[in-house]
Amino acid sequence: MTVMAVARRTLAKDLRLEWRAKDAVNSMLFFALLVVVIFSFSFDPTAEESRRIAGGLVWVAFLFAAVVALNQTWARELRNQVLDAYRVSPAPAVSLFLAKAVGNFILVSVLEALMTPLFIVFYNLRSVGPAYQLLVIAVLGTWALVVNGTFFAAISIRTRSREIMLPLILFPISIPALLAMVDATTSVLTGEASPRFWMQLLAVYDVVFTTVCLALFDTVINAE
Amino acid sequence: MPAAGGCAPTDAGPGSSVDTSQQTMANTRPVVSLQGIVRHFGRFAALRGVTAEFTAPTRATAARAGDPAPGRLYLILGENGAGKSTLLRIMAGLLKPTRGSVTMLGATDLREVAARVGYMGHAPLLYDELSAMENLRYFAGLYGIVDDARCQAAIRLVGLDPELKRGVGQYSQGMRQRISLARAIVHDPELLLLDEPFSNVDVQSAREMARLLGNMRNDGKTIFVVTHQPAVLEAVADESLLLSAGLLAARERGLPEYMKFPFSQRADHPDHMDNDNKDKGDDGACPSPVEGGER
Repeated sequence: MTVMAVARRTLAKDLRLEWRAKDAVNSMLFFALLVVVIFSFSFDPTAEESRRIAGGLVWVAFLFAAVVALNQTWARELRNQVLDAYRVSPAPAVSLFLAKAVGNFILVSVLEALMTPLFIVFYNLRSVGPAYQLLVIAVLGTWALVVNGTFFAAISIRTRSREIMLPLILFPISIPALLAMVDATTSVLTGEASPRFWMQLLAVYDVVFTTVCLALFDTVINAE
Repeated sequence: MPAAGGCAPTDAGPGSSVDTSQQTMANTRPVVSLQGIVRHFGRFAALRGVTAEFTAPTRATAARAGDPAPGRLYLILGENGAGKSTLLRIMAGLLKPTRGSVTMLGATDLREVAARVGYMGHAPLLYDELSAMENLRYFAGLYGIVDDARCQAAIRLVGLDPELKRGVGQYSQGMRQRISLARAIVHDPELLLLDEPFSNVDVQSAREMARLLGNMRNDGKTIFVVTHQPAVLEAVADESLLLSAGLLAARERGLPEYMKFPFSQRADHPDHMDNDNKDKGDDGACPSPVEGGER
């Protein structure tokens, strides 16, 4: 079977499992909702202030919520040691990584789609720059989060306190991407600067880290 | 007559070891070769230098010799912590030996022969939320099998119904073990590695599984079984490997005499007073000690 065929089957299986259990989606949504509500009560910003802080606020909320899903990524594979069944099969390891990363991308995208209207309402947001660029930033930024998150979650599965380990490894390495996401989003919302540089940086970050993760995943998943 | 009673159809007697040099003749095919396998977990040595060769006769050789089974079924026995599961995991490629080398089906890179090997772990290796059929469909896909009929046949082979819709998490432990076996054999492997396949399985189901393994061996498969219930496989086991404290302590033809008919299966045990003798006769296994004694 080809890499993509195995990845498609694994993705379909993961989405089916998530649809039945809903453990990642529910906890992500609840967490992101709490962040939106608590921040809106704490700051009560004007429309102008909202445009300046929303970029940071939105992406920090999505980053923390994504960690909840990322921690779940490998939990199912560890239960009943199912990962061993994959490892003894001839299926390529990169298929598993691609399926997990795309699965997380879908979950976090669903979260973003559901939470964005709430952000707009609670923070009275209106984009001054071209709004379609926000969609490009969202795609590039979400992939940056999940590709690293999926990889580092795989590294931390054999550690005892894996829930703590993932953010400890993921957040520092995500700083360049987070900076690019926040600045690009703020640039579009305020319309004061072009987000182009930050979007290019984000695209390069995605390409580099996707390549590195794909190259190293086989070693990571078979490490003892 | 042995002290424990019963017959020993393939047993050369306790302590008799198989001459491996005789087995590695031209008319055999190499299956597994273990060379000085050492495995450490930190400072603990789970395996301390296991060397063994396992070959099986070619189908033509077996036929000439009148042997109905071109395959072989090996039991890996030993106390808890002897290194049985570690050895099996090394053979499956899930663990790397600290020292030594493993050759499986002629390959030292175990991934090259992954499609020809089936592995059943101590844990079920199944997704609890998926039904048996969904589990098998997914795992068969990893081997390039997209035919539902193969999955259904594997489930039926272990005596379960492929139409069961509930997740395997709601199955009994024994049913999960059987689905786990179905997962391990769905791609029709040449070499099967089974870790405790009979744990939590009822006596009747265990016998059915043993019969299935016997049939697979007769079809030419080589099967390694780690078990604490060796008597279940008494009728079909070709060789027993006894591991002790990480070393291969003995290698005997069939089942070691003292491991036959454990207490729970004795005909005079209350659970077997009524039907044990009949069952033994039905499945072609040896008569119980009491029956043997009466004869």
